Amino acid sequence: MKLLVCVSKTPETTAKIAFTNDNTEFDSSGVQYIMNPYDEWYALVRALELKEAQGGSVTIIHVGPAANDTIIRKGLAIGADEAVRIDAEPPSALYVARQVAEYAKNENFDIVFLGKESIDYNGSEVGPMLAEMLGLPFVSHATRLEMEGNKAMIVADIDGGDAQLEVETPFVISAAKGLAEQRIPNMRGIMMAKRKPLKVVEPVEAEGLAVAVRFELPPEKGDVKLIDPENMDELVRLLHEEAKVI
Amino acid sequence: MDSNNNGAHSAIAKKAKEDRFQAHDYYLIDELLDDDHLLARDAVRTWVKQEVSPIIEEYAERAECPAHLFKGLAEIGAFGPSLPVEYGGGGMDEMAYGVIMQELERGDSGIRSMASVQGSLVMYPIYKYGSEEQKRKYLPKLGSGELIGCFGLTEPDHGSNPAGMASRVKDDGDAYILNGAKMWITNSPVADIAVVWAKDEEDKVIGMIVEKDMKGYSAPEIHGKWSLRASVTGELVFEDVRVPKANVLPGVRGMRGPLSCLSKARYGIAWGAVGAALDCYDSALRYSQERIQFGKPIGQFQLTQKKLAEMITEITKAQLLVWRLGKLANEDRATPAQISMAKRNNVAMALEVAREARQIHGGMGITNEYPIMRHMMNLESVVTYEGTHDIHLLITGMDVTGFNAFS
Repeated sequence: MKLLVCVSKTPETTAKIAFTNDNTEFDSSGVQYIMNPYDEWYALVRALELKEAQGGSVTIIHVGPAANDTIIRKGLAIGADEAVRIDAEPPSALYVARQVAEYAKNENFDIVFLGKESIDYNGSEVGPMLAEMLGLPFVSHATRLEMEGNKAMIVADIDGGDAQLEVETPFVISAAKGLAEQRIPNMRGIMMAKRKPLKVVEPVEAEGLAVAVRFELPPEKGDVKLIDPENMDELVRLLHEEAKVI
Repeated sequence: MDSNNNGAHSAIAKKAKEDRFQAHDYYLIDELLDDDHLLARDAVRTWVKQEVSPIIEEYAERAECPAHLFKGLAEIGAFGPSLPVEYGGGGMDEMAYGVIMQELERGDSGIRSMASVQGSLVMYPIYKYGSEEQKRKYLPKLGSGELIGCFGLTEPDHGSNPAGMASRVKDDGDAYILNGAKMWITNSPVADIAVVWAKDEEDKVIGMIVEKDMKGYSAPEIHGKWSLRASVTGELVFEDVRVPKANVLPGVRGMRGPLSCLSKARYGIAWGAVGAALDCYDSALRYSQERIQFGKPIGQFQLTQKKLAEMITEITKAQLLVWRLGKLANEDRATPAQISMAKRNNVAMALEVAREARQIHGGMGITNEYPIMRHMMNLESVVTYEGTHDIHLLITGMDVTGFNAFS
């Protein structure tokens, strides 16, 4: 099977989130970046498991500048065979989808994997756009994927339950928690990754269409007010006048 | 113990149970490392958070070695990472070995010791001084954790003065007859093989691979340690053990053999100590921001800030020291004396950081809700083993004056 895994870069989960330039840009100073966990732990690892069971190859693709090569190398260290980096700082999800589609359209991948969302902007946009551009079926939020020949049996998370789906290759699938288990790269994998091919591809022209105009942080949590259990009137007054919930 | 703020206190305690460690890199030293160093460090840090942190306090409390971690250490590649891949290593450089040791010791000095001994004190001498046959026979299995090794140099009456060792071999045709006893041997009760140093009939030190099922070999455990409690320590006792000559390391004769192994291990300890210090500092910094006294976080008080500021200053200096030492080691230019300086400085630094961090944690600092007391007790061993604090000082003294003040 020929498998493609899309990986993106996100701030590390404990990073302090701030914005600069009058709240129009993310403040990246002092922020550590990681591979988006949904891409790494679930999408990539399930792709590797399928390759190990059935043979084939796993390619990872990333849209970003050379500074992101560490993230790509991690994917190779975990076990991907080769990597492609589209050399551009992506302005939007649509731009990313366009670049990946351009690369994937002539490569005949059986399955294109990505995480259900990136943990920074939580857009879940690239998957459906990419499937549309490639003219392929799209299954989102998969928690199980089993193959039988070219038929895939998929369990997907839906609000309040599961959906069981069947789809034939080729298709695009977004991975949710449960699809696989995180793999930690070992030292040998890290060294082997240095010798695996990382192809750098120039981007194609693509529009961003939607632009982020401004960001707002959620309001800071206020202090806790302790009210005497006997003083119900005060509790009701505060809930009504200050919290405005009743 | 303080009874104010009990609710907040138990909330803090509960949170402490999960490993919330974040690395601190005040001088942006990460920018001096290569991608594979960062990947290696990240991988070991993740492994420690998943496999070590959740269980380490319990094992330390029970004074039990989490032996299942040997397999995990092997899988991640922590045994001999800088040895060639064909001999069971990882083919990495010395800087990578350093960052791996730092992350392991961030978890626990005992876990780092398990890896230090296997890699630097067992695999390294076999790789460096062993015959091709010995390398093929032992190294891949040591790298994969199928075999566990230990290193027998220190004796009950010869600690800082290993050259005075009393263990001896007598020539007996195709074998040597080994007699003697070794003390303070990390991993010895669980080890399958021991790299043992003893004097031959010409009073020269030779190294040999002794297997646990050889007749006359025993490795009783040392009990009652208040330090490195999650690492197993024992003796090695040899009573007329017949060691085939094929098991003698052919590549070295004299104290240079064991001392070169110690240099490797001490190099790893200099890095490891930074890890223990970072864990203590990280916990203390977070505690100082969460713990409220006199109506404000204790981090707002000058005396707490003084402690934290001095801690991160000393950690940063130690980080720069090992980074430079790593560069020199990669070029094979790190001298034993330079390694002594880094080991001595960094372990003493870590111990001081642990003690200050303990104070910032107040009463909570003595409990196993936080890693501080465990690190502090561990470091009392680390400051003594692999050359004591004082001996390393004398090595520096000898290096700069040219005079030997040991004897």
